Amino acid sequence: MGERLYLHRHSIVHETASYLKVVAAIAFILVAVSTPITNWQAFIGYFIWVLIVAAIAKIPFTLLFKRALIEIPFIFFAILMPFFGSGERFVAGPFNLYREGLIAGAGIVVKGTLGVLTAIILSTSTTAREILRGLERLRLPALMVQIASFMLRYVNVVNDEMERMKVARDSRGFEATGLKHWRVLATAAGALFIRSYERGERVHLSMLSRGYEGVLPHDEVEKSKASSWFMVLMYPFVAVVILVVTTLIGNQ
Amino acid sequence: MTTPSLEIKELAFAYPDGNQALFGVNLSINKGERVALLGPNGAGKTTLVMHMNGIHPTAQGSVRIAGELVDAKNKESLKKIRSKVGIVFQDPDDQLFMPTVGEDIAFGPYNMGKRGAELEALVNEALELVGMAEFKDRPPHHLSFGQRRRVAVATVLAMKPEILVLDEPSSNLDPASRRELADILRSLDITMVMVTHDLPYASELCERAVILNGGVIVADDSTRNILTNKALLAANRLELPVGFTI
Repeated sequence: MGERLYLHRHSIVHETASYLKVVAAIAFILVAVSTPITNWQAFIGYFIWVLIVAAIAKIPFTLLFKRALIEIPFIFFAILMPFFGSGERFVAGPFNLYREGLIAGAGIVVKGTLGVLTAIILSTSTTAREILRGLERLRLPALMVQIASFMLRYVNVVNDEMERMKVARDSRGFEATGLKHWRVLATAAGALFIRSYERGERVHLSMLSRGYEGVLPHDEVEKSKASSWFMVLMYPFVAVVILVVTTLIGNQ
Repeated sequence: MTTPSLEIKELAFAYPDGNQALFGVNLSINKGERVALLGPNGAGKTTLVMHMNGIHPTAQGSVRIAGELVDAKNKESLKKIRSKVGIVFQDPDDQLFMPTVGEDIAFGPYNMGKRGAELEALVNEALELVGMAEFKDRPPHHLSFGQRRRVAVATVLAMKPEILVLDEPSSNLDPASRRELADILRSLDITMVMVTHDLPYASELCERAVILNGGVIVADDSTRNILTNKALLAANRLELPVGFTI
């Protein structure tokens, strides 16, 4: 885990410095979110542009869409919105929908999907470690970067531990079938928490033993060339162009 | 006479809950010695180790590393002490917390203020010493347990310690890894304290052994004399493996 999202490819997107990619992704999402949903032509343009960038990054579309499924629980309520609400109603096939709800719901789904696709391109073309370095470079508080990088390091260790506990449970004939077994699972989760907490203390001790004083080593900062800035900022810039053009056309 | 690498005098310690772990420990280890610290579970071995670099503040008595007093209140001296005492913990996963092997080995020297090419050289040298040079850019969880233990040793060697303290170095290793680690440890020219229950390992690597039991040193002699003294071993819940003779 941790590096599972990364897809090793050689592309211009993969080779760009991670902090630039983070900046570009956030800028693109900001542009997409601030576009009014009624300007639907702009969103078509955004989607096409996202797919083009994914293609440049050599990310297979099937992978892109499979990973995008992660947003379904989050947009579930947005899908329900047209069915509840107030104001003007209209009939679409068998459904009797609220216009306001439909527009708001569609806005959430469309903008959410654009954000998720952008995040997928970022995480598929950048290792988790690199993203953390990028965030560090962007002056995210060092403590937050440290916590995230520890999580990255120990998620496997804790996972293995959990797996071993499960094997040990199962070996003694335990099978979680119903409500009455939750007590056992809750106890196991508690034990895992205590173990992880204690491991945290041991890790801290070993860090102190090697002279830790609150700062993790980090690489010397190297400046990115203007050309890479230019290239990576194409991502949000094209979105702005789409926005401007579609707005102008819409106003005519 | 030269200053001993480690000198402990009348060290006593009680945990905050009142449980006393050490009752006046005296121990002196000279430069270049390899000493096995033996004793049953709960004898206070780990507590003693934690005093060697000031993780546990010295409440009573004194601990000196190469003549310098370990004083948990003096931040500057503590920093120096921690660069002189390299502790290899029992579980390598506790010790290796950085994303890659190379970065983890750089952690200690970095804290000592090393940067750039000098840091790089220390990392490479430490990796060479434990024969793990080709694993520099790998994440620790992709290594075998034995490899992780070796990297853990490298993480403290990179700090050029005066004294290397190993907590159960042979535990959980397969026989080949156990022997490889022994070869590495023997090749190092460094003062060494090895906490272990693995008596054959102690006899293989250490010329001197001390037994800690009930918070005091009950024996301090050549490893051979200690391991051949059946009554002494039995009194301290230590046993040689069946069929093992020295």
